[in-house]
Amino acid sequence: MNTILYIVTILMLILSYRRDAGRTKKALQKSWNAFSAILPQFLVVILLVGVMLTLMDADTILAILGSDSRWFGVLLAAVVGAVTLIPGFVAFPTAAMLLQGGAGYMQIAAFISTLMMVGIMTLPVEISYFGKRLALYRNLMAFAFSFLVAYVIGLVEALV
Amino acid sequence: MKTIVIRYRVLIIVLLAVGISSIFDPPFARSVTSLTFAQLKEMLLVIPPIFILLGLLDSWVPKEVMVRYMGEGSGVKGVVLAFLIGSAAAGPLYGAFPVAAVFMKKGVKFRNILIFIGAWSTTKIPMLLFEISSLGARFALTRLLVDIPGIIIIAHLLSLLISKEDVRILYERAELK
Repeated sequence: MNTILYIVTILMLILSYRRDAGRTKKALQKSWNAFSAILPQFLVVILLVGVMLTLMDADTILAILGSDSRWFGVLLAAVVGAVTLIPGFVAFPTAAMLLQGGAGYMQIAAFISTLMMVGIMTLPVEISYFGKRLALYRNLMAFAFSFLVAYVIGLVEALV
Repeated sequence: MKTIVIRYRVLIIVLLAVGISSIFDPPFARSVTSLTFAQLKEMLLVIPPIFILLGLLDSWVPKEVMVRYMGEGSGVKGVVLAFLIGSAAAGPLYGAFPVAAVFMKKGVKFRNILIFIGAWSTTKIPMLLFEISSLGARFALTRLLVDIPGIIIIAHLLSLLISKEDVRILYERAELK
């Protein structure tokens, strides 16, 4: 996937440079300005993720997600997903492992859903672009919505 | 120098805290450091091309074009485009916010920006394929089918909850970025 992203970017850059070298330089200047403006916050997020992943390894998450199979377990799973920030390529295999380890489908669905849609760690970054109120509302709604996702997946998986 | 210290003050504080923890709990600090570097590698791989594409989009695509396809009155076309662009994305959610800022600058309708953020957060195509292979097609596709209307409804509710004035301020601020 990254390869596609790089191929597209390089092609666009070449195309842009051929059309207008000066304009391309200005575009890259804009890219750099936007990047350097947000870089300090990105680095803080990354460092906090390092701290969090150290405190919450797969065993800890399993202990929390497997602890209660009812709605309280779903709530715990949703909270864990909301406060953690794990890249997808780590999250999905971990979730599969948790399922095999005895966690329920509803808990896993709530965890995956809040993990992707709710970002407590990235809230400061989100606030700087969208303002406090909107960032809070968006995260709250996504959090609530994750219970619906958990419920539907619980229904569908129970059908089989 | 002074401005750099101010801009990086939070980072410096967190770094100091990790540094101090290395005295009391070296394994903890070591684990934090190695995980941070793993994440940093991932970030440096995905984020630069996103910002380069952003810069190119900003200087080559005229506002009128973006407004026509995704602005007020773009209707279903705008919603579908917001979904497609968000779903084709790569990288973590925090990469979506700078893109949203450029969309504001280009006059993309606020609801479509929220749909784009929702799609980027949870219906990314590369991630979907990965989800199918680890959690099964039933799980992944059920989630996708619930997420698509969910994203649209959340975007709708949010744009109703936020006043026009607040949106105008956000768009003005994006102009300066």
